[in-house]
Amino acid sequence: MRTNDVILQTTTKVVFFIIFLFAIHIFFAGHYTPGGGFVGGLLTTGALVLLLLAFDLKTVQKALPFNFVIVIGIGLLLALGTAAGSILFNVPFFTHAFDDFTLPLFGETSLHTAMLFDAGVYLVVVGSAMTIIQSIGGDA
Amino acid sequence: MINLLLFPIIIPFLFAIVLLFFKERIVLQRVLAAVGLIAALAASLFLVYTVKQDGVQTITLGSWPAPFGISMVSDMFSALLVTTTIIITLLVVIYSYTSTGEAREHYFYYSAILFMVTGVNGAFTTGDIFNMFVFFEVLLIASYVLIVLGGEKRQLRESIKYILINVVSSALFVITVAYLYSVVGTLNMADISVKIAEIGQPGIITVIAVLMLIVFGIKGSIFPLYFWLPGSYAAPPIPVLALFGALLTKVGVYAIMRTYTLFFVHQTDFTHGLLMVLSILTIIAGCIGALAYFDLKQIVIYNIVIAVGVILFGAAQMNESGLSGAVFYLLHDMLIKGALFFLIGMIIYVTGTSDLRKMGGLMKTHPSLGWFYLIAAFGLAGIPPLSGFIGKLLIVEGAFQADHIWGSIVVLASSLVVLLSVIRIFIYAFWGEPQALPSVERKPYRGMMVPTVVLVVLSVLYGVGTEWLLPYMTDASNVLLQPSIYIDAVLKE
Repeated sequence: MRTNDVILQTTTKVVFFIIFLFAIHIFFAGHYTPGGGFVGGLLTTGALVLLLLAFDLKTVQKALPFNFVIVIGIGLLLALGTAAGSILFNVPFFTHAFDDFTLPLFGETSLHTAMLFDAGVYLVVVGSAMTIIQSIGGDA
Repeated sequence: MINLLLFPIIIPFLFAIVLLFFKERIVLQRVLAAVGLIAALAASLFLVYTVKQDGVQTITLGSWPAPFGISMVSDMFSALLVTTTIIITLLVVIYSYTSTGEAREHYFYYSAILFMVTGVNGAFTTGDIFNMFVFFEVLLIASYVLIVLGGEKRQLRESIKYILINVVSSALFVITVAYLYSVVGTLNMADISVKIAEIGQPGIITVIAVLMLIVFGIKGSIFPLYFWLPGSYAAPPIPVLALFGALLTKVGVYAIMRTYTLFFVHQTDFTHGLLMVLSILTIIAGCIGALAYFDLKQIVIYNIVIAVGVILFGAAQMNESGLSGAVFYLLHDMLIKGALFFLIGMIIYVTGTSDLRKMGGLMKTHPSLGWFYLIAAFGLAGIPPLSGFIGKLLIVEGAFQADHIWGSIVVLASSLVVLLSVIRIFIYAFWGEPQALPSVERKPYRGMMVPTVVLVVLSVLYGVGTEWLLPYMTDASNVLLQPSIYIDAVLKE
């Protein structure tokens, strides 16, 4: 039943990284323009699903030995932690802080705690989408 | 501590997340779930105290100004509901230690319970109609996990129905919120109330009121939208059933009470008249169901439907007695339904069946179970001085004040049917000739007895301590009666 998918596998090896880098780009673009953790997470999952299609479940699990449920947990903790940080400063929940910093290599950069929250969203999206796909795909 | 009102939401959420990391360690899961709920209980009790001292607590997330950001509002009504929710969930978790089975506990059982509490408390606390939809989804998704967990054939069949019904009603919820937004241009509940008062509730707002009644009526199981409830609730194991029966329909009831006292108060002849007719039909339908079955679970499940009808009948009166009666009865019903489900869970555990006709003579072998069941049954029917009495008294008083004589007669008659339906369980299960019981371990039985006794005692105290609780209840019904208190608290800045 095994088909010859050399072309798919070879292409995937390159395309995976392009999609993944684009996902990272979209994730950071969400800072002030359309994009963000949710879309970035979905794109990353798209890249991972392409890997799953080109190779198989076992190979991908060997390459990425994460328990994706734990990834969801870390993401949720990161998001909740960022939002709850405001409790320490006695300002309303979810209040974010931001400022401009001069960093080496990047120059003038605007840093925002919303990015940490978005990183949590990113991890939750990747984690839950991959958990769903792996458990459905694993039964076949 | 301006974030205090969020603690009963955040603490269960935090512990639910932490539990995701300890899938295989059941003992640790049990301990952490209980610790989290005790911490949340402390926070919610402090919240009740703060609301009593300082009035309605509000906060608008992300430091946005009030009508634009998501407001969270904790008045006495929602603070009391949040506290009751956490008490019941804590006892359900303790009850689950010995009755759920390790197979379920391995698959994020306690996480799902805590996520559900997050959603329930969020729905009780939020002051933003779209945010309420979000919290409804949180609690529904967690309840999907709980209803299907275990994967028995019956659970799978019923969970398909349950999910389908709730997906449809959630879609309708979003549509209704969109209609409302297109008319009033705001999502903040206090602001909506102000805007509706300004335009004087034209016909379209009344249409939206009826749509909201349908949406929350599906969740809260009013006539004729309760059809999904008896089947779906009977599928999961008893602790989950207790949690659903005590909490989930009450969220729908809360949402109806909130929207019908805050938004749609200008055409009460139609909207509240409709609510009252539906609530009476709900009571009648529930009574028929409660008498029709020989299955323990079904009898108590139909009693949920009756209680929903009684509470909404009180809320539909829109006067002081009716509303404070509804608040009293709502909290009473959460406690007593939890207790009753615990008790029938133990009866089912002891006898190995849920069919009344196959039981008998338990009074000789399990006298303490029998006595506690009798107390809970009398409490449910509202025999003074137990907890159901004062709520029903106030509701009927309110109905007489509003000249709704026939409705009050139905409510009073329903008390007799309720008493008959639960005493029937008592007569069949506890009297008569003892049947041969399957041999069961005593340890799980004792583990289930502890939370049950606590809950029954709490419900008795709730009835006996009515006088002491009255100032809290008055605060709760005052906010419902005078929307301006709620509005001023949110939009004061």
